[in-house]
Amino acid sequence: MTLLDFARGPAMQIAIIIFVAGILWRLVGVWALRQKKDLSEARQTGAWVGGLKGLFVHAWPYKPFVPKVGAQYIIGYIIHLGLFIVLIFGTPHMLFFADIVGFTWWTLPGGVITAVAVITTLALFVALIKRLVNPVQRLISNFDDYATWFVTTAPFVTGLITNMNMWPDYETGLAIHLLSVWLLLIYFPFGKLMHSFWFVVSRYTTGSRFARRGGMA
Amino acid sequence: MIDTTQTEIELDHESRRLSVTKPEERFDVQGDMSDDERVEKAMVNFAKDFGRVAATYMEACIHCGACAHACPFYEVSGNPRHTPIWKLEPFKQAYKREAGPLAFLYKTLNFKPKVTVDELKEWQELLYDTCTMCGRCTLICPMSIDIATLVGTARHAMFHAGLVPHELYTVTEKAQKEGSPLGATPSVFEDRIEWMGDEHEVEMNVNEDQADVLVLMSSIEIQKYPESMAATAKILNHMGKSWTFRTDGYEATNFGMLSGNTGWQRDMSMKVISAAEKIGAKLVILPECGHAYQALRWQGANMYGKPLPFKVQHISEFLADAVDSGALKLKTVNKSVAFHDPCQVSRRGGATPAPRKVLEALGLDLKEAESGGNLNFCCGGGGGVITIHRADSLRHGIMANKFRQLDATGAEMMVTSCSNCRQNFDESGEELNWGKDMNSLLELVAENLVEEGKR
Repeated sequence: MTLLDFARGPAMQIAIIIFVAGILWRLVGVWALRQKKDLSEARQTGAWVGGLKGLFVHAWPYKPFVPKVGAQYIIGYIIHLGLFIVLIFGTPHMLFFADIVGFTWWTLPGGVITAVAVITTLALFVALIKRLVNPVQRLISNFDDYATWFVTTAPFVTGLITNMNMWPDYETGLAIHLLSVWLLLIYFPFGKLMHSFWFVVSRYTTGSRFARRGGMA
Repeated sequence: MIDTTQTEIELDHESRRLSVTKPEERFDVQGDMSDDERVEKAMVNFAKDFGRVAATYMEACIHCGACAHACPFYEVSGNPRHTPIWKLEPFKQAYKREAGPLAFLYKTLNFKPKVTVDELKEWQELLYDTCTMCGRCTLICPMSIDIATLVGTARHAMFHAGLVPHELYTVTEKAQKEGSPLGATPSVFEDRIEWMGDEHEVEMNVNEDQADVLVLMSSIEIQKYPESMAATAKILNHMGKSWTFRTDGYEATNFGMLSGNTGWQRDMSMKVISAAEKIGAKLVILPECGHAYQALRWQGANMYGKPLPFKVQHISEFLADAVDSGALKLKTVNKSVAFHDPCQVSRRGGATPAPRKVLEALGLDLKEAESGGNLNFCCGGGGGVITIHRADSLRHGIMANKFRQLDATGAEMMVTSCSNCRQNFDESGEELNWGKDMNSLLELVAENLVEEGKR
């Protein structure tokens, strides 16, 4: 078995199993906890509307905070959108998924994807430097923050090298790229990449709790 | 429960704010327990009320550090340790090691070391001195984490581990033993009601057997701003309400909640709930006190174990309703005004529009401060912080910012509706030579009632 066979075969299967089972374990582990009912008299009904609103209002900082954290949000959006665009609209990625789901879709030209990947990678480095330099972020960071950065950045870097055909051996290079993605999937349930789920749960929770009270959150 | 304490220090009645006489003598560890026992008690009591909501918040943090930029304490100190989420660090660790879905991994592989008593001692300052639970950090958090609630939960742990700043512990113990954190015992309360009744020639109702409205007061009002009692009575009499003060249930502040003792919090809430039930009250009016609103309006039913059989209103809500319904007619005061929102009533309580309605009814021209209303900066004295002398320089720093924001509105008059904020304004104002007075919304209304037939 070549490294590429391994990456396309057992490695992928193991990664997907850990990814899915781990996510379920972690979500259910929290949702299974009891929660005492809030017996206070609600000021207004429609807490769930507030919960849904909460999902959107925290997508951009409130006005007085924009000068302080606006740039950080923009870097965050570049990383998240970049990840999404490259993953879904990169032709090789689409073809990879098409094999699994059985249909194809429109993709972006290779040059655009490369540009997006480069910008995203740069944004990831900016985020890392900020984490290392900013006293607040440096203090509150732990292993998970750096591990998460590494497993997110590695697929971009290996992907760019593959795309630019810069590996000494293309097949091995492609295998390394695939393995870096499987590493991301395997690490996903154990660290803060889980925020892809928690952001919905947490924002909804706060939004609905404060909707029944009034006030602001 | 801690039965031995070393905090037998007298209250300082002369000071402009609620505190003890000898702050320099520090006894910030209560009870005789081994270090292991302290950590054990901290963890047990932290986990006790730990439900799905708190766990979600613990899981959701991405360590972006944005919360620092919303915190009035960080704003003043610039100290990364004052980053709101960092104030929970030992408890985040404990959650991941002991309670989270991956606890088995963290524990077996020792990824998250066991929390030590030294860490807890170090965090006392962060959980008590530098957090008023104002919740401004939640506004900036991209994950919308309610850090203030988590700090409240962490305080449960700290109290049972006997690790409360001693001034706060002293006033809390006093509140539990005497019914008031500031020495406003039932007989003191009754004396002061009588005094205010005579002084202001207003009829006071005390210990009525039946009444529609039970009026609570905070010790800060009873001891430092007793005019509040006269003002409330005057308004309720003017409206022809059936109301009463009760000496078996009057203290609105809840230092059980602020210090982290849920048992005491329940005892304190039950006193007023029982008094209200006894007289068949349909409404309990809370005084101008922020955390009191949080304690009874939003946590009272949860302490009682079922929905409260009466309505609970902050005095500003009561006044707004009275103005709305036309039950209260007010004279026009031709002035511009800046309003300081108490965080527990506005942002975290939902009563933000109420004081604005009342100010409008008074014909006052409201000048909103920068980042006002729900986005308001906390005064830095809530959550028991004002009692803690160690926190003074930070609190004054926060107040300096606050003064700047309020002064920038150019308003002629300053108003708030929280007597704890007010004592902080008074004390810091003197310290920093602000040269302005912080007025009470309630007193302002009482001074401007339109008497029958007069205008």
